[in-house]
Amino acid sequence: MQDSLKSSSYQQLEQKSKYTNMFLRWFLYFTLILFASYFIFPLYVMVVTSLKTMEEIRQGTLLSWPSGINLESWAVAWGGRGYGAGDTFLRPYFWNSIKMVVPAVFFSTFIGAMTGYVLTKWRFKGDQWVFLFLLFGCFIPFQAILLPMARTLGVLGISNSVVGLVLVHTVYGIPFTTLFFRNYYVSVPTELVKAARIDGAGFFKIFFKILLPISAPIIVVTVIWQFTQIWNDFLFGSTFSFGEAAPIQVALNNMVLSSTSVKEYNVDMASAIIAGIPTLIVYVLAGKYFIRGLTSGAVKG
Amino acid sequence: MKTLKIEELSKNFGSTEVLRKINLEIDEGNFLVLLGPSGCGKSTLLNIIAGLETINEGNVFIDDYNVSKVEPKDRNIAMVFQSYALYPSMNVRENMIFGLKQAKTSKEKIEEQLEKVSKFLQVDQLLERKPSQLSGGQRQRVAIGRALVREPRIFLFDEPLSNLDAKLRVEMRREIKKLHQQLKTTVVYVTHDQTEAMSLGTRIAIMNHGVIQQNDTPENIYNKPSNTFVADFIGSPSMNLIKGTLKETSGEISFTASGSNVEIPIKDYEFKDKSNLNNKEVYFGLRPEHIYFKKSNESDFEINLRADLSEYIGHEQIMTFDYANQEILAKFPSTVKIELAKETKLYFDLTQTSLFDAQIEERI
Repeated sequence: MQDSLKSSSYQQLEQKSKYTNMFLRWFLYFTLILFASYFIFPLYVMVVTSLKTMEEIRQGTLLSWPSGINLESWAVAWGGRGYGAGDTFLRPYFWNSIKMVVPAVFFSTFIGAMTGYVLTKWRFKGDQWVFLFLLFGCFIPFQAILLPMARTLGVLGISNSVVGLVLVHTVYGIPFTTLFFRNYYVSVPTELVKAARIDGAGFFKIFFKILLPISAPIIVVTVIWQFTQIWNDFLFGSTFSFGEAAPIQVALNNMVLSSTSVKEYNVDMASAIIAGIPTLIVYVLAGKYFIRGLTSGAVKG
Repeated sequence: MKTLKIEELSKNFGSTEVLRKINLEIDEGNFLVLLGPSGCGKSTLLNIIAGLETINEGNVFIDDYNVSKVEPKDRNIAMVFQSYALYPSMNVRENMIFGLKQAKTSKEKIEEQLEKVSKFLQVDQLLERKPSQLSGGQRQRVAIGRALVREPRIFLFDEPLSNLDAKLRVEMRREIKKLHQQLKTTVVYVTHDQTEAMSLGTRIAIMNHGVIQQNDTPENIYNKPSNTFVADFIGSPSMNLIKGTLKETSGEISFTASGSNVEIPIKDYEFKDKSNLNNKEVYFGLRPEHIYFKKSNESDFEINLRADLSEYIGHEQIMTFDYANQEILAKFPSTVKIELAKETKLYFDLTQTSLFDAQIEERI
């Protein structure tokens, strides 16, 4: 008697927890979908608008589907309309940005790796202070250094040039890259360096042969970080360059804001997407390593 | 000619004194173990011998040549580390020949050495593997191999077995012992494990607070500890140190524990200095394994003590007795039954005693 009573109440409880679980699961998916659409929505509007003609934009709503795949606005954004003065398009500035990003990412990553190596494996008196001041560079508001930097670039004779922007981005990237590499190398046993020294390897050989080959995860993290920062930078680009030497973000701004006639939303949207594509590609290609690298410093081995 | 000689060596890290006036000598072919609790400076000393740490004062000689300011690679030494420190990006072959390549050794010589050593250590099947694909024991072998191929004058081992599990540790310990017997190369070996030290070393230097407490053969370290630190550090459980006073009556010396009236005669003990022994405050040292439940020597001293505690550990048991309010431990086979809270007849083996000055805690 008692047993059957017990088992029936268990059945009730089981039934109840089943409904609760089901409800929670639906609630979870509902929330996830809601947030996902919230993030996807602007991208949808951008892509759809860029594929429409101006006529369609004027007549339809923001969300309406384009009549067909119309790539004309993309062509205009990339290569212009072909008539002379006042025609701003992204192609030359895109290459400016590439010419700026590639060396700046390379140098800042390399120098950061080297500095991180010295700060962890060749400790010297006062090294914590050096690191502290480098960290300071991470928190300095960049507006504060615009004037002195402009002066420096002027003295060096590289203002309003891609070379000047490479220098600026390298210098202000070093605090971050150093922080990344230092934290990574701290977890690499110093005994490796000791063993290599006994084996007769010197400062550079230890770095290139022993440490750099095991740094792939943190290199990926640093490259993604630096690439995104430098590619998306607007402040330095707009301050230290104008006209033909400007990087893509500055050109995008000029294009969108300076058009005197009708606002061409489809061209603006296409331009914005073009300006964002490289960082997207870098994330898709290396995103897996990005997550792995960010956590690999924490877990040894 | 001494293979390794350390002279008046001192080392500070900032204001912390890590090593204080260390003097040490090793003859060719010896196996010296530096043994001590963590933080005693033994690893620093090893790093100094390797040239990985600078010296504040004193000198290091290898083959009578002052190497105090010589780079690690030119000291003719090789080192095996606790974490093995195998280069993760290189396979076993590259790991083992890295040093030879740095030293610009000829290709034929490198191949010859690699083949010889990898066969000897039975890692010749693993040459193409990465360190991450090896087990702990295999990594240890490769690390030793990397040291061996360089044919150094001195091997330095920095707690090489600490990362292995208990079973493998005992196996590798035997292998290192065999290795030393076959190669007869001079070894300096750092450990905090006294069993390792005892079984491997031909000499043991016990260190504490940056000072060498005793540098002697394993037998002397065990039987004739030079101070209470060594007596307490070596042995498990460690030596019983019973506080009391010596009494000298007409040439006969005896020991009385404080709070007790039993006089233990001290015969045949090799005093360093026989003067002023009367009324001297001392520690009477006797190892737990030298207390018997059955008379086995003619000279054994019979005493009645109350058993307080019994710890059973399989092959043996550790009994705690009360001796005039001082705890005394004794080690018996686990087959012996001793009733707790009752006086039991015990026998002290007086040939195995040590006496220490209670003030300066040195052997007398």
